[in-house]
Amino acid sequence: MSPLIEVRGLQYRYEDGTAALNGIDFRLNPGESVALLGPNGSGKTTFALHLNGLLRGEGSIQICGLTVEKQNLPAIRRKLGIVFQDSDSQLFMPTVVEDVAFGLLNLGMDSAAALVKARAALETVGMSAAESKAPYHLSAGEKKRVAIAGVLAMEPEILVLDEPTTFLDPPGHISLAELLSQLPQAKILVTHDSRLAAALCNRAVFFERGQIAAEGPVETIIARFGWDVAWERSKLRS
Amino acid sequence: MHIPDGFLATPVWATLDAAAAPAVVYLTRRAQRSLEENKVPLLGVLGAFVFAAQMINFPVGPGTTGHLVGGALLAFTLGPAPASVVMAAILAIQALVFQDGGILALGANITNMAVLGVLAGYLPFHIWGGTKWRKLSLFAGGALSVLVSACLALAELLVSGVKMPPSVLSVSLALFTVSAILEGAITLAVMQALERVQPKTVHYPQPNRSPILAGVALTAVLLATVGVLFAAGGPDGIEKLLNLHPASLDANFLRQASTGILGLVLIYGACLVIGRVAGRHRSL
Amino acid sequence: MHRLAPERWARGSSPLHRRDPRAKVVALLVFLIALATAHRGLPQFALGLFVLLVAALLWARVPVWGALVRAGIVLPFSAVFAVVSWMAGDAARGVPLAIKSYLSALAVLLLISTTPLPILLRGLESMGAPHFLLDVGQFLYRYFFVISDEAQRMNGAAAARGASARQWRLGGQRFQAAAGALAVLFARSYARAEDIHRAMLARGFEGRFLALSGVRFQRIDLLFTAVASLAPLALRIAVERALA
Repeated sequence: MSPLIEVRGLQYRYEDGTAALNGIDFRLNPGESVALLGPNGSGKTTFALHLNGLLRGEGSIQICGLTVEKQNLPAIRRKLGIVFQDSDSQLFMPTVVEDVAFGLLNLGMDSAAALVKARAALETVGMSAAESKAPYHLSAGEKKRVAIAGVLAMEPEILVLDEPTTFLDPPGHISLAELLSQLPQAKILVTHDSRLAAALCNRAVFFERGQIAAEGPVETIIARFGWDVAWERSKLRS
Repeated sequence: MHIPDGFLATPVWATLDAAAAPAVVYLTRRAQRSLEENKVPLLGVLGAFVFAAQMINFPVGPGTTGHLVGGALLAFTLGPAPASVVMAAILAIQALVFQDGGILALGANITNMAVLGVLAGYLPFHIWGGTKWRKLSLFAGGALSVLVSACLALAELLVSGVKMPPSVLSVSLALFTVSAILEGAITLAVMQALERVQPKTVHYPQPNRSPILAGVALTAVLLATVGVLFAAGGPDGIEKLLNLHPASLDANFLRQASTGILGLVLIYGACLVIGRVAGRHRSL
Repeated sequence: MHRLAPERWARGSSPLHRRDPRAKVVALLVFLIALATAHRGLPQFALGLFVLLVAALLWARVPVWGALVRAGIVLPFSAVFAVVSWMAGDAARGVPLAIKSYLSALAVLLLISTTPLPILLRGLESMGAPHFLLDVGQFLYRYFFVISDEAQRMNGAAAARGASARQWRLGGQRFQAAAGALAVLFARSYARAEDIHRAMLARGFEGRFLALSGVRFQRIDLLFTAVASLAPLALRIAVERALA
């Protein structure tokens, strides 16, 4: 079975010359969900932004058999959808339905077909009622669902979610996890939330200083790096 | 100073609408060419920034605060044409959504603040921004942008036949000068902070200067100053202004002037209060 | 929260809400020009226009009192010039200034209370306004709320650090602090614009915003344009004839 994502020797430096990614090798197989764990600034998001060519480093990246290079970007951006951390930056259109249809119109779809697909995507995330609302009037959880709908509408094969629970309250975490677990796409989940990672993913990759420090089953990686918020074991308790 | 509808004489607003439209189209094209690809979100979000910046108060004196107007700051960070486009978009949104400034008077307001104000503010920076007088140019640019916009607005009102006693006129000019100095000081302080926080957003003028832009800006500055003098009621008004030398400071004039100042102070205070109240209502 | 009342009103439904934005823009311009150029019989004409606007507000089910108060935003400006004119010995001039500016603001408010801004901007685009400028305006309006929330949080944080009456002595420091806050707000806005651009590219943006639904000018819009434009003109002719 050919992998959905195949990354070899990816390197990237910021404008000021500091290394952000230092030789990343990564594979994602069909039907798989992988958590990217690691401290802030370890390169998780930078890595994710390479997958659809928003950042360009050295090394090779293949998405569904297509090399990430200029002429393949439209096809790749259709196959791999990214849900960004800050929904306000992702929902830039005046109304919810226009935002969800944004990607479809860019694919060259006519308005009527785009509207049908956008509504279907809103239905999937349970946000049909908000169709003509302005994004500003939505709660954080609702914004996140609409942002996911905007990506789902394009029918990607891979979903990349960057810190999807950042602005959500605890019930929001649970309902988002339920929604995500029902989506059939292969997923890459960039997160600090070890419980979300454990609930949704079978495999985890741990980033440290722009390198992959370890990878393996989610529980093993979480335990090895103490990535569960282990109050029970901490000294603060006594 | 956003001129509402109803204040300008028809020939004045019609001419300025006719002048502003092609200017905006030209500056829009220029802005599209001068920026890289992420221009719509950048200009839109920075427009929102200028709008929101009015909420951050700068202490001026006991109990008094001022805020940034922003035209010059945008010109220093985005370049003059994109800054004009952002200011024009702000004025249009203010006129449509907040009824702040008129629709027929939009051409006048855009000419004053988005076109000539921004270009005049950019002028000192354009000339001295790359030299050792950079700080001075940042201050002068901020000050000039506000001074030019205000003088133009005043000139247009006077041309439209709004009568103004010379005492009020001189007090207004003094107030304009104060707000100009304040804008210069805020612009300079923010630019210096910005050079520390986010150096990549700050422009340093390049040697290849556009003489057309500098020429237009310089003309704007001259027009604004001369315009006010002319507009002050033709030869009659100019004569009155020239008569303001110390010899004519008789008791009558002093009384007139002090009434004028008192009136303006009262109105200014009332506007502050109304502005606060309206500001609270606006965000219901 | 910052919910703008007119934005809420604009999401209502009435025959006036359903009219094509271009029809309403044309009617507004005719109204404003008829008002701006009026001299003779202005009080009577203005009264007629006021009745027209109030009728339209009622028809559109926009809260009349709220709209009348909001349009008062122009009155301080008019008051300044009324006083200035009075000081210049032209006391009568202040009245037409106040009347014209107030009615103009009320007419614009009627437009924005019955037309959501994005639809209005699309209408303006099809009337020939530069789409780049309108796109900037649309983003400005979208992010105004987001950025002003950030500004308010920063202001709140500054207040929490202790702003009091005696602080005017520390004016210089506070001035620098405010400048620093603005610079940070600017940098954040700049970074947000970059994030937005990435999100746009990630969903296949190729440089041009495509509209989901175009505005359609129907026969009833034509009828509306005709009636709404003729009303103020007919009123003005009637007033001027009666006075002649």
